[in-house]
Amino acid sequence: MTVELLLYIAAMAIVTYLIRMIPLTAFRKKLKNRFLLSFFRYVPYTVLAAMTIPWILYSTDSFITAAVGCAVALILSFFERSLTLVALCSCAAAYICSLILSLC
Amino acid sequence: MAFSKLRYRHGLRDGFPIGLAYLSVSFGFGISAAAKGIGILPSVIISAVNLTSAGQLAGVDIIAAGGTLIEMMICQFVINLRYCLMGLTLTQKLDETFTTPRRMLCSFFITDEIFAVASSKNGLISDRYICGLGTLPWVGWTLGTLLGAAAGSVLPASVSAALGIAIYGMFIGIIVPAAKKSMGILFAVLVSAALSCILKYVPLFSFISSGFAVIICAVPAAAAAALIFPVKEADENDG
Repeated sequence: MTVELLLYIAAMAIVTYLIRMIPLTAFRKKLKNRFLLSFFRYVPYTVLAAMTIPWILYSTDSFITAAVGCAVALILSFFERSLTLVALCSCAAAYICSLILSLC
Repeated sequence: MAFSKLRYRHGLRDGFPIGLAYLSVSFGFGISAAAKGIGILPSVIISAVNLTSAGQLAGVDIIAAGGTLIEMMICQFVINLRYCLMGLTLTQKLDETFTTPRRMLCSFFITDEIFAVASSKNGLISDRYICGLGTLPWVGWTLGTLLGAAAGSVLPASVSAALGIAIYGMFIGIIVPAAKKSMGILFAVLVSAALSCILKYVPLFSFISSGFAVIICAVPAAAAAALIFPVKEADENDG
């Protein structure tokens, strides 16, 4: 491993760490403002939604298997199954669907 | 003012599906890093010290292209800026055990998925919980990179393709139960998803990086929901 490569890795790691560390360490107040409290309550879900939709449909090698996996995840999560079960079953559904498609 | 009852093992349990998903995602990262001529050991070190997907992929591209260190730092800053927002959000969930060194330690584990699980937990969270929550994802991420870089082509393509959906399945598993119970969350999620589709499918916006796109969707959607569905005081620690 060259020094140059280590420098690249250090630059990556330091910038990434500081972005994570500074807000969590520097911001100590408990917010009282109702708008900000509401905003921070909704942020986790809007972040997840923006990362999931429409990207889940491109997460396997075929739109159809991804749509089937997505449908299974929606159904299981509607019935509030555990995250592990939802994740594994959506993989399994996408895999089984790809096997069926390969037979057609 | 309170202390959280959540222990290290609660974090481990909640982190398991994330670890599993990371194992498969970082497998892909390992393959791609090896294909770009980064050795096995450097690839594993990159994953172990960065613990982030989009930033690492872009970083490896810059290394492979022989870019400058400044370019690397600006690129990482832009792609990972969303962690800043997540860190600020998490400050409101921390219980009183969080001293400065503990905040500095726990902040390393802020990723999209760990943030999502930690911040959607009921009530306050402890430092032990965050460390537990981060452990298996870190192991999965680093181990997956090693396996992918060392033995990239052992998995049949159909299996690795199906594993690609794991992380999104988990996201849905977090969103849907919460949206069922709260009109505000349902509204916020729908607005954010709609914005995300616009950014993805309108060619005008194709120049926006994926890290930035998340911020552009998530911030206005959460702000709109906060205006239309302000949470009641009693809901503060409720979700």
